[in-house]
Amino acid sequence: MSDTATPTKPSLHFPPLVPTVHSSARSTFIALLGRDLRVLRKEFPMFLARTVMQPLLLMFVFTYVFPKIGQGVGGGPGAAGFSTLLVGGVIASTMIFQGIQAVALPLVQDFGYTREIEDRVLAPLPISAIALEKVVAGAVQALIAGALVFPMGLVIPANPIHLHINVALLVPIMLLGAFMSASLGLFVGTRVEPRQVPLIFGLLVIPMTFLGAVYYPWQSLHKLRWLQIAVLINPLVYLSEGMRASLTKGVPHMRWWIIVLVLGGVGALLLRVGVSGFRKRVLS
Amino acid sequence: MSTGDDAVIRTQTLRKVYPGPPAFGPPGARPGGPPPGVGSRPAAAPGGPGAVETRRAAVEALDLEVHEGEIFGLLGPNGAGKTTTIGMLTTRVIPTSGRAWVAGIDVVGDPAAAKARIGVVSQTNTLDRALDVHENLVFHGRYFGMSAKQASIEADRLLEVFRLTEKRDVGVPTLSGGLAQRLMVARSIMHRPAVLFLDEPTAGLDPQTRLSLWELITELNGSGQTVLLTTHYMEEADALCNRLAIMDHGRILALDTPTGLKRSVDADTVVTITASGEPQRLADALRGSEGVVKTELTTRGVHAHVRGGRGIVPRLMNAATEAGLEVTDLSVAEPTLETVFIQLTGKELRD
Repeated sequence: MSDTATPTKPSLHFPPLVPTVHSSARSTFIALLGRDLRVLRKEFPMFLARTVMQPLLLMFVFTYVFPKIGQGVGGGPGAAGFSTLLVGGVIASTMIFQGIQAVALPLVQDFGYTREIEDRVLAPLPISAIALEKVVAGAVQALIAGALVFPMGLVIPANPIHLHINVALLVPIMLLGAFMSASLGLFVGTRVEPRQVPLIFGLLVIPMTFLGAVYYPWQSLHKLRWLQIAVLINPLVYLSEGMRASLTKGVPHMRWWIIVLVLGGVGALLLRVGVSGFRKRVLS
Repeated sequence: MSTGDDAVIRTQTLRKVYPGPPAFGPPGARPGGPPPGVGSRPAAAPGGPGAVETRRAAVEALDLEVHEGEIFGLLGPNGAGKTTTIGMLTTRVIPTSGRAWVAGIDVVGDPAAAKARIGVVSQTNTLDRALDVHENLVFHGRYFGMSAKQASIEADRLLEVFRLTEKRDVGVPTLSGGLAQRLMVARSIMHRPAVLFLDEPTAGLDPQTRLSLWELITELNGSGQTVLLTTHYMEEADALCNRLAIMDHGRILALDTPTGLKRSVDADTVVTITASGEPQRLADALRGSEGVVKTELTTRGVHAHVRGGRGIVPRLMNAATEAGLEVTDLSVAEPTLETVFIQLTGKELRD
């Protein structure tokens, strides 16, 4: 237009049809992941606050307060054993919870009103890869959240806990658990409307936690056979069992290969359904 | 270019019928979809096959070619199918039938490759709220394959060009509408797209911000950037576009340069008159005057299309007075794109 009007203004000089950059699906995927990790770093205090509170209070009340006041589950004879089995359950529930918080809630917001996701959808890679990136970023957060519980287990309990860590089992269980948690987050995030968010907690997170073998080994439910069977649809049961299988000795737990199969299978199924839900939400 | 085929965008009988409400667009308003009421006959089960049958196509048999280096406009009212068209060209809306190529790439066949060659500014603010202004550009560059350093340098350069440098480190939520829009444009060209898509780029902006954005778009185009924009502002289409297509109900009604379109009007002058009494009576009275080709009733009065209109104003005044009507307002203008739109559709653009 008026080149003479503002000669000092930097001119645009773009050569739009001479591409200077070559993206590959892989580099784009890594960049998207880099973005999510950058945001995680930026908001780490908030991440800590939302992650740490629940396990911290659980550990505090059940493994410190109860033994001290001689109350119910955490008190009495078997108190040390209870604290020991609780660590695995708390790590498992923290990871599941983080999967939903890290993946589902932002997606619900994005689809519901911010529409920010439209920008990510325009990144040069297939839609399924964009959804998969959300799962990977969520899994990283679930792993960090789970790892944060370990030091709590060392510091908080009134009676010392006895962990026998089987690293060869712990690593795959935590990886699969993180993957399954984030896939659950993707599944939930693509199917829930913003006004239904409170239902996520009321109808999903709370029942899953209480009936997820977090506070008791699954096997101890055998006196309530119907419940023992019914809770098998809850994926948290397998993660809790898996954590105990790799952290404790003497506490009864499911066979490790069943746990690995179910965590992997449920994770894959949720991922598949979640990716197709994601496609439906961003394409029309 | 060397083959003489410089179409950056090409569509072939591109068509879209939404099976349900379109997933994109601001809630409430459905810019790309059919107007409310269409396709929801009470008899048809909602969402069932019957409902699909009764839906009108949002875009119908679109054949389009946009050439390298031009600003091409889609002009039409809300619900004309402009946003759906952009949605299909930018891979976010899957066509029901037909084909489309952007920079030679089939957008349905290889959406990821197509996305690498386009820049998009959508109607809603899709800036990354978790990142600051500079980071928004940097990560965009990285999504498109730039190294961290390259992206950072380019981001700073663009912030300067777009006069956003002083906002470099602020959070996106604090930006005003105009600044956010500038940042979205900066972001969209960061990776040197073959085509820049601007969906209603100035909707909701104040007049001054709109003008500065027009200037920016013109400058970008001056540096060779091909642009496809949608608008329902005829001044915008007139000021910016080399060529434009007038759309309504999912179809292109006319396609030409703004000048060519205005020349297609059957008159060289348009006189708009309001008077006391029934507008229809006024229209009838004016039609008898010499030089009046036709009249149109609009919400702003009666448009009289006039050809060879020397001395037309007194003639029209007399005609109105003879019919017993008192003229309250009268204006004379050359045909505008608005005139073209009314002539094509029988309605005003800004209904």
